[in-house]
Amino acid sequence: MTRRKQRGGWQGDKVSVSQSEIKNLQSKIVGRVWKYGDGVNTDVIFPGKYTYSVKEPDEIAAHALEDLDPKFATAARPGDVIVAGRNWGNGSSREQAVTALKYKGIAAVVAKSFARIYFRNGINQGLLLITCPEAVEAARSGDAIEIDLNNNVIRLTGREYPFPPLSPTALGIINAGGLVAHIRKKLGLAGTEVIATGSGD
Amino acid sequence: MGSTFAEKALARAAGLSSVVAGQVVDAKPDVALSHDNTAPIARIFRAIGLEKVAIPDRMCVTLDHAVPPPTPKHAQNHVEVRAFVKEQGIQNFFEVGRGICHQVLSEEALVLPGQLILGADSHTTHYGWLGAFGAGVGRTEMAAIWATGELWLRIPESMKVVVTGRLGRGVTAKDLCLHLIGLLGADGGLYQSIEFHGPAIATLPLHERMVIPNMMAEFGAKNAYLPPDEAVFNYLAERRERRAPLAVSDWQSAVSSQRAVIQEMALYPDHDARYASTHIFNADNIELKIACPHTVDNVRPLREVAGTSIQQAFLGTCTNGRLEDLAAAAEIVQGKRVAAGTRLLVIPASAEVYLDALKAGYVQTLLEAGAVFGTPGCGPCMGVHMGVPGSGEACISTANRNFKGRMGQPDAEIYLASPAVVAASAVKGVIADPREIE
Repeated sequence: MTRRKQRGGWQGDKVSVSQSEIKNLQSKIVGRVWKYGDGVNTDVIFPGKYTYSVKEPDEIAAHALEDLDPKFATAARPGDVIVAGRNWGNGSSREQAVTALKYKGIAAVVAKSFARIYFRNGINQGLLLITCPEAVEAARSGDAIEIDLNNNVIRLTGREYPFPPLSPTALGIINAGGLVAHIRKKLGLAGTEVIATGSGD
Repeated sequence: MGSTFAEKALARAAGLSSVVAGQVVDAKPDVALSHDNTAPIARIFRAIGLEKVAIPDRMCVTLDHAVPPPTPKHAQNHVEVRAFVKEQGIQNFFEVGRGICHQVLSEEALVLPGQLILGADSHTTHYGWLGAFGAGVGRTEMAAIWATGELWLRIPESMKVVVTGRLGRGVTAKDLCLHLIGLLGADGGLYQSIEFHGPAIATLPLHERMVIPNMMAEFGAKNAYLPPDEAVFNYLAERRERRAPLAVSDWQSAVSSQRAVIQEMALYPDHDARYASTHIFNADNIELKIACPHTVDNVRPLREVAGTSIQQAFLGTCTNGRLEDLAAAAEIVQGKRVAAGTRLLVIPASAEVYLDALKAGYVQTLLEAGAVFGTPGCGPCMGVHMGVPGSGEACISTANRNFKGRMGQPDAEIYLASPAVVAASAVKGVIADPREIE
């Protein structure tokens, strides 16, 4: 912490993540399903017109999925899970399409597939993204969903759907709250706050 | 079940015996590339809280995106890059004028078959021409690589593109790429490793092979791959020996030792590897193609757009700024003049290309035809400087992107084509077929 203060000049948003939340993320997620279709792009996840004007986490969260499902931003609860079809997050590289969901408290996105940059942004910004087409086929909006990260399995409507494991590093990044925070932690530089970077290509 | 190239290359980079598509691994890149963006990445790196990079020997830094610097701001950025390079002890640093990163690293034989190169540049897919795994990453990710020497990567699914037959007269690898992108769309290869196979690929000269993985960035690909052969091994062996000579007295045996090491590193997919899809094209049927404004997948046959008025013709970039590209253009313009009202801008991809073109007489031929030369680098490709089009103008370019505003002017139109088409269009003042130039 002292070291961080000495250096100063931090870029990006500070987000507090408690140890209990990290523990929860490491083992099990329990929430409700919000189900969407194929090809959902970053413009409907977080409209481009807000990218330079809306900067606070709460404000960003308030526009999540605005042009896809207007009731989502008010009705979604922390711990809920988005379940979607193919190519979730295609289009712009804007990181707010990830952070809007993260700030909303969405625990994970389960999809048939993710757009390449969205997937990397998701992990690097600390949002859990899981590819599991079978679970997507089975899920309906409002279903209870459980994601077991110890066993790499999704439990849904009484059935289990396995998914390929994330590497320890990818999980570590998600748990730490993002790539920069993860590296600081790994190198013994982390303080009590987690820094989520605001920059991206 | 066999493995694809991507599975083999990333297993090697992650130190694992095997991996499968979809798996996420921690991979150690053999080369980490950055360019003018080295200074902003260094700021993110310092924000991590570190002073010294973990992998100075694996880093390559080129100044190429705004060279020579057009403004004091750009010049200051270069000052910061040089200071960082010196402070970190980075040996593989290439100054203003040496050339475009992907051309320079190829010429310097800094990337070898089967290696993993990650670059803070979307066209890092380029290195597939020599059988390496090249992928673009973001700035934060590059800072993370400098800090830890590794980055998490998802093993991509693979697409197999088999090209049979042989490209016709005047038809180039650029036309092949535009054909593929036009057919399957700009996201046709999304997140995938695109493997190219077949006789039409194996018989391509090296400068043509370089075009293909470079263009695959416009196909949504994570990386692309061409099977490396003798021609690739020889190219790299000689350059590697010139760069870092072995302690062997005679040149031939030194080069063959280098070649043996390089060849040993090459990776090839198994015959029973699993592909997400396979596409087979007959090269004989591929026409000359143009990507029309404002997307790379807005591809039409040249014959449909021939006659469209252009004001600027740009020959250069990491896609098509090589010696053979200048040779093709010189052949077209020999003894002719660039049309009135049209500019032909030539920017060699590297100092080596420039010098070789000078020795071969191509520079003189092009200058005599009225061409204008720029410093080796990216030039106006992304609209920084040195040949930005004006409002309402049309530019035909050998580059890889034609997005609205890409060259700095949203009210300009950009057409993408092969070097010979660009040269023919400069001579005619309209988009023209080089095979019809007398």
